[in-house]
Amino acid sequence: MISQFFILSQRGDNIVFRDYRGEVPKGSAEIFFRKVKFWKDDGDGDAPPVFNVDGVNYFHVKDAGLLFVATTRVNLSPSLVLELLRRISRVVKDYLGVLSEESLRKNFVLVYELLDQIIDFGYVQTTSTELLKSYVFNEPVVVDPTQFLPLGSAGIFTAKRMPVTTIAKSVVANERGGRKREEIFVDIIEKMSVTFNSSGYILTSEIDGTIQLKSYLTGNPEIRLALNEEVSIGRGGGSAYDYGLGTGAVILDDCNFHESVHLDSFDVDRTLSLVPTDGEFPVMNYRITQEFKPPFRINSLIEEAGPLKAGVIIKVRADFPSSIIADKILVQIPLPPYTTRVSFELEPGAVGNTTDFKEANKRVEWGLKKIVGGSEHTLHAKLTFSQESHGNITKEAGPVSMTFTIPMFNSSRLQVKYLHITKKSKSYNPYRWVRYVTHSNSYVARL
Amino acid sequence: MAPPAQAQRSSSPSQPSGKGEVADVKSQLRNLAGSRAPGVDDSKRELFKKVISYMTIGIDVSSVFGEMVMCSATSDIVLKKMCYLYVGNYAKVNPDLALLTINFLQRDCKDEDPMIRGLALRSLCSLRVTNLVEYLVGPLGAGLKDNNSYVRMIAVMGVLKLYHISASTCVDADFPTTLKHLLLNDRDTQVVANCLSALQEIWSLGGSASEEVSREREILLSKPVIYYLLNRIREFSEWAQCLVLELVAKYVPADPNEIFDVMNLLEDRLQHANGAVVLATAKVFLQLTLSMTDVHQQVYERIKAPLLTLVSSGSPEQSYAVLSHLHLLVMRAPFIFSSDYKHFYCQYNEPSYVKKLKLEMLTAVANESNTYEIVTELCEYAANVDIPIARESIRAVGKIALQQYDVNAIVDRLLQFLEMEKDYVTAEALVLVKDLLRKYPQWSQDCIAVVGNISSKNVQEPKAKAALIWMLGEYSHEMHDAPYILEGLIENWEDEHSAEVRLHLLTAVMKCFFKRAPETQKSLGAALAAGLADFHQDVHDRALFYYRLLQYNISVAERVVNPPKQAVSVFADTQSSEIKDRIFDEFNSLSVVYQKPSYMFTYKEHRGPFEFSDEIGNLSIGTESTDTVVPNRVEANDKDLLLSTSEKEETRGLNNSSSAYSAPSYDASSLSVPTSQLSELAISNPSVSGNVPQPSFAIDDLLGLGLPTAPAPAPSPPPLKLNPKAVLDPTTFQQKWRQLPISLSQEYSINPQGVAALTTPQALLRHMQGQSIHCIASGGQSPNFKFFFFAQKAEESSTFLVECIVNTSSAKAQIKIKADDQNATQPFSSVFQSALSKFGMP
Repeated sequence: MISQFFILSQRGDNIVFRDYRGEVPKGSAEIFFRKVKFWKDDGDGDAPPVFNVDGVNYFHVKDAGLLFVATTRVNLSPSLVLELLRRISRVVKDYLGVLSEESLRKNFVLVYELLDQIIDFGYVQTTSTELLKSYVFNEPVVVDPTQFLPLGSAGIFTAKRMPVTTIAKSVVANERGGRKREEIFVDIIEKMSVTFNSSGYILTSEIDGTIQLKSYLTGNPEIRLALNEEVSIGRGGGSAYDYGLGTGAVILDDCNFHESVHLDSFDVDRTLSLVPTDGEFPVMNYRITQEFKPPFRINSLIEEAGPLKAGVIIKVRADFPSSIIADKILVQIPLPPYTTRVSFELEPGAVGNTTDFKEANKRVEWGLKKIVGGSEHTLHAKLTFSQESHGNITKEAGPVSMTFTIPMFNSSRLQVKYLHITKKSKSYNPYRWVRYVTHSNSYVARL
Repeated sequence: MAPPAQAQRSSSPSQPSGKGEVADVKSQLRNLAGSRAPGVDDSKRELFKKVISYMTIGIDVSSVFGEMVMCSATSDIVLKKMCYLYVGNYAKVNPDLALLTINFLQRDCKDEDPMIRGLALRSLCSLRVTNLVEYLVGPLGAGLKDNNSYVRMIAVMGVLKLYHISASTCVDADFPTTLKHLLLNDRDTQVVANCLSALQEIWSLGGSASEEVSREREILLSKPVIYYLLNRIREFSEWAQCLVLELVAKYVPADPNEIFDVMNLLEDRLQHANGAVVLATAKVFLQLTLSMTDVHQQVYERIKAPLLTLVSSGSPEQSYAVLSHLHLLVMRAPFIFSSDYKHFYCQYNEPSYVKKLKLEMLTAVANESNTYEIVTELCEYAANVDIPIARESIRAVGKIALQQYDVNAIVDRLLQFLEMEKDYVTAEALVLVKDLLRKYPQWSQDCIAVVGNISSKNVQEPKAKAALIWMLGEYSHEMHDAPYILEGLIENWEDEHSAEVRLHLLTAVMKCFFKRAPETQKSLGAALAAGLADFHQDVHDRALFYYRLLQYNISVAERVVNPPKQAVSVFADTQSSEIKDRIFDEFNSLSVVYQKPSYMFTYKEHRGPFEFSDEIGNLSIGTESTDTVVPNRVEANDKDLLLSTSEKEETRGLNNSSSAYSAPSYDASSLSVPTSQLSELAISNPSVSGNVPQPSFAIDDLLGLGLPTAPAPAPSPPPLKLNPKAVLDPTTFQQKWRQLPISLSQEYSINPQGVAALTTPQALLRHMQGQSIHCIASGGQSPNFKFFFFAQKAEESSTFLVECIVNTSSAKAQIKIKADDQNATQPFSSVFQSALSKFGMP
């Protein structure tokens, strides 16, 4: 069982601190924070999410720059505690609308109310946003949400443009005018990992997807989510590869589902039915290693150009329809440690580009505000070295890595065909939002 | 009234004490306490908030306790809840003032609103004040019978809290019995789950009454209870499901069909989005199938995909927890994962703790078919900007080379590392090439050619330098300028800080001398002189030893220093298989993440005093402990010996908490008995227990009971022959005990002499050992003793395991026998009974 739970700010201040069992000495929060802070200095990289100091086990997860921490002396299941911490952060977000240090500080009494119900004497009682509702009496003080952009930007909606703020609202707060808006969000979020080798051939590729639901419907109507029928699960039989490409089949290696999902007709017509509870939760997680067309092709080259000089060329081509626009693109490449100066040359007419050489970790960062589908972008960089490079320069630089977000796009071709809500009355017609987005997870091209 | 704020403020500037602010709040609270003015609740809310926020950041606000209680007479629920929170935090340090709260809490416990009843009851039980327990019993009793499940749920946890404050009060009120009833009858699954948590904790705390407790535990693990819980599992919350699954993992089904029933029932739990549920289910599957090798393997196949999905779907923290478990499985059965190696490729943005795990997994799954690709991938990491990971990657390549039969390609890669001219890459590669040569001497020519080109000046790390020097010595006949490189190194003897390197230098120059005496003689002299003058004892001694050896006879010296070597076939594993098995037993716990069994990271002082079961793992046992045995300390809490190790963890934790709450007398006793850590354990080690523990004899004699000084010879030899020198290690015992079914369960009577002789468990141990029945663990206190024995057949390694519970007041012994060979149970049982019946006979 859990002994203590606390939330620390980035600077290590206690924002919320709850001791459930009084068996871990005072000062555990300081001990924890020092340990995490100095872990890196000892050359071991980031502190792992679980570690032991003097017989006390510390678990932590990071969210929105905050540290959610639990301590125990018992040999608990690490998964259980880390899942719980993640869940607590989600529940807090459900109630506050926005998870940030400011919103927590303004609502810490409400958070205490939640914690009191979530854990009793170290044992988890409930983490259901819905069930917790009846035990929370503090009104959330809503922090101005416009400064926090939710998933994607407003540009991702096709049919109706929607104000960004709606997603950042608390499950208990009412809209101005005291009426709750009936709406439901279904997000298909895919994290993409691709590794290209030096000749542009795909070494590994994977899509980790989530269908996430956030419901503000009253009265808990049942909903049905239909996926496209081409979806199949499991790569068994060895034939998967044969009809994988071209035929439009979407083959999931594996997937899992939220507790509330009924799969009765899933095998027949790929329909998930569930009664969504309040708050945000993943309906389904899936994993795909079937080949897919990567959205970006990267070509890069590093070449010596005389003594103490070298040139780098990075070319990025967007391999998706021109109706789609990727944003928040950052391309990075580590350079040899003896690089002293870098000068950049962009294509004529390039807009929204930023280039930077990070002296401290010898890295070039190339930022692009947006990339329209079908377009191609090139960066030339000239490097100056402080010493002669010996041996193979390509072994001292790279790989090129890329981060991006592509709204309204998913490579897996998994789709939500329709979202059906059981109607309470004829006039009942809640807003439904189905949104797709692809994020880069690890998108790497080797030199 | 309140002193001026200024005077109080900041006695130490670095740490604001907040005293001034607290005094401020105190006086404001006072003003509000009696007020009935409109809007007073809002002002109170603001003040209460302030108090709670001080409390959160660690300012001591216990001084406003009285004022808080005075202000709490309100119907405002937000205020009430803040007040409850405050009271729960400070009641312990303010036991007198806590009495003030009893009144309003008790009143709230009878409120109409079930939520108020529940909240008040929770606060009441959270006061942690010993002399207030009498006030708890009434409300708790009512709470357990409340018709609202929220109140019952809280009441159940309240019982556990009460047990921590005063176990006797809790037991006297018969609350545990009520919980048992609720466990099997309550409609609300969270009430049931809390009963399960509470009962498990209570029973693991229930120190001396171990017989009763172990019976209770058995009931909990009995088929009806397990099935009852399993059949309702979908009704439980995901967290409570974990609790139930943890329990089911300890259940021993009677036959294979039952195993498949359980697994079929739980099959869909593997599709759960909550990683904790999936891992708990995986544990059940793994534990149930331990004794069915092929099914066990199928389980690995079955849980592979769900675990991989969890690794890639969750946050980095969640995926780390799952990945650690996957790592454990990969290490145990690499062949099952050999085609999944791409999943273990590192992504550039992963934290290094994840990358390290993945590198180890890649190393483990490498086989003939995938080695080329894995090594190619690892070579990419070797050029990585993350230096620690680059090093690990090179080591991984080396490890793969050492475990493969076909190493051609890998050797080339390793040698390429040496040409990369990065210091750390060279250093790691040198160490690897050295190990490689020890295993595959046939590669020496290729390697030496490359190693010879490395300038020793570019090698600074001691390990790498030592490796280079070793190769120079070992292959001095093939490396043209070996003597001269060594000479250069010896000239810089003074600058060499590492003793390891200097030791290697001595040996290398000796080896070189045997092969190329004329070129080396001078360096050898210089090295020996420098060695003799060395301040480091080992270096000095080795130099002296070599010197004398050479003086004595050079050819003998060569035989000693440079004998022909056999290639190393397998390098020793760093972790014993016993430890690995223990970690596997503790699947789905921190042991897996830390890669250590729990006894290595759970500290003794925080465990209960009578915990010995985990010691059984590292065998701090036997003769050395017996001569310090203090009889009343032999209270080993053996009840959990046979429970799966993860449950022991719970036990330990619970015991921890008991030490947190219990009186100081505890610590005092453990301090006053300096050897208490040893004497906690009444474990006899069969292999060394030839000598007899004297102290217990002395005590027996004092009591005038007359004890045989030697085991009585058996009058008639039993039909079954037992091995008098049987050996069994405790881990194996535990495993077997969990896996084997009970083949015989019986109750015997013990004769009065036997009862009289059983003043300490040791007497019986010695007696039984005389009958070739060995004790592996024992414990208990008069009148209840518990023993675990084992015996082996004389001719074959068929083992019998016995649990024997002796109650001296009823002169009864309850025996449970488990046997490898079920058919031999009867004969063994009669041997055991006859041995037992002779106990105490002159």
